[in-house]
Amino acid sequence: MRSAAISSPFARLRNPSVLPGFGLTLGFTLFYLSAIVLIPLTALLLKPWTLGWSGFIAAITEPRVLAALKLSFGGAAIAAVVNAVFGLIVAWTLVRYRFPGKRLVDALVDLPFALPTAVAGIALSALYASNGWLGGPLSLLNIKIAFTPIGVIFALIFIGLPFVVRTLQPVIADMSAEAEEAAATLGATRFQTLRRVVLPALAPALVTGTGLAFARAVGEYGSVIFIAGNLPMKSEIAPLLIIIKLQQYDYEGAAAIGLVMLAASFVIILALNLFQSLLAARR
Amino acid sequence: MRRPTDDSILTRGLLIAITIGFIGIFLLLPLLTVFTSALANGLQAALDALRDPDAISAIKLTLIVAAIAVPLNLVFGVCAAWLVSKYDFRGKSLLISLIDLPFSVSPVVSGLIYVLMFGLQGWLGPWLRDHDIRIIFALPGIVLATIFVTFPFIARELIPLMTDQGRDEEEAAVTLGASGLQTFLRVTLPNIKWALLYGVLLCNARAMGEFGAVSVVSGHIRGLTNTMPLHVEVLYNDYQYVGAFAVASLLALLALVTLTFKSLLEWRYADEIAATHRH
Repeated sequence: MRSAAISSPFARLRNPSVLPGFGLTLGFTLFYLSAIVLIPLTALLLKPWTLGWSGFIAAITEPRVLAALKLSFGGAAIAAVVNAVFGLIVAWTLVRYRFPGKRLVDALVDLPFALPTAVAGIALSALYASNGWLGGPLSLLNIKIAFTPIGVIFALIFIGLPFVVRTLQPVIADMSAEAEEAAATLGATRFQTLRRVVLPALAPALVTGTGLAFARAVGEYGSVIFIAGNLPMKSEIAPLLIIIKLQQYDYEGAAAIGLVMLAASFVIILALNLFQSLLAARR
Repeated sequence: MRRPTDDSILTRGLLIAITIGFIGIFLLLPLLTVFTSALANGLQAALDALRDPDAISAIKLTLIVAAIAVPLNLVFGVCAAWLVSKYDFRGKSLLISLIDLPFSVSPVVSGLIYVLMFGLQGWLGPWLRDHDIRIIFALPGIVLATIFVTFPFIARELIPLMTDQGRDEEEAAVTLGASGLQTFLRVTLPNIKWALLYGVLLCNARAMGEFGAVSVVSGHIRGLTNTMPLHVEVLYNDYQYVGAFAVASLLALLALVTLTFKSLLEWRYADEIAATHRH
């Protein structure tokens, strides 16, 4: 009897608890997951190969596609670095200091999560247009942000900031004061303590938060397209090019770019998970 | 008296100034721009833009889409969280990763996958055309894309919390003769209600505001397949700035209400909502 249960391929699917509903919840979860996520993603995995390998390579190395991918990845990388620096400062300030308006600033950090991207997009575009609150003064200094790659980066900074701040905040709050006190007692200056004691303790969370901000920014569409100006080869992002290809009924070309972006987001998430487990193993 | 682990007044002042400046420029100013641009020609002009038939049909469509997508993801989220937290089985961590997957997919790619499935050149395209069923450029496509991008929201609020809570209480109830449904309604639901509400709130905000994924599958048919964010885009590209920002203001208000409720829930029921929040 026992050996029969083990040899049956469905042995693992027997209810593993006294609680009822294992079969029902497993069945529904797998059905819904497959119908909404897995099967449609398979369609994307398979579509580009109707072009053949060389056709796929040709589709993603087209100059306009390369320029768009470069802007999406490069812009996301620059925005992530900016967010790493300022996100660290914002998170540190919000946890360690008291100042008027702190709760408002803290609540505002979540805004990019909640504000629809199209709303953020037209707001940023209006703000940095030549007659906008910031675009006006900047144009007097001959600095142009809207309709340039810098505009793209600004939108990506907006969208990525909360990832860094919200990942760092709990870690800073949980950090015990003892290590800092010990460093100070042993004669370290405050700057040395921050650099040698605090920063290394925050590094894992900082890398994770920056990685999440980068992953989000690579695929971002709504907040970018209004401020970008969308000039081919100059300020056109990869997700927009997917839409343009679809409008030209070039499904394979669109799928090829989509597959590259999907692969990239897998690699980023995988790298972050690997990084986390390496850290956990070292401890 | 300054302790050796305090930062100097100068450092503190500088960092606070940077924080306020950065948040002010990058977050507060764009938010204010939405409302001031909507009111640029006065309140009446903004209200008129909202009374436009195309705007009203966009608002209706957005409400319909959210009313379908959020309950479906709610049922799925509760089911998946029950499955993951109450039973031990192989492949559980893979399942959790797969549930989180839509978070790491670009919105445009999220729409693209449904075009590849149901579009004219897609897998099921010819069959759907022969049977006169429209999915892409119609309501079903918009709903599917919205479900995809909001897929993990509720599940991921519930999974860590319900895993923490374990299954002792439910097992006791079942042992004492309660049915599965009774156990869920009387024992589990009271324990997770605030986290559930929190997840629904975030899921709804994203469902109503989703732009990229919906943009790919909607076809932008005015008065028919335009949701509120798409209507904002159409008006903005038409240089109807007041109208665009008026509709955008509604969405921004929704975001502010969501954030307020979210802060309230986090502040009041912190222990009953799972600790990790990043979306």
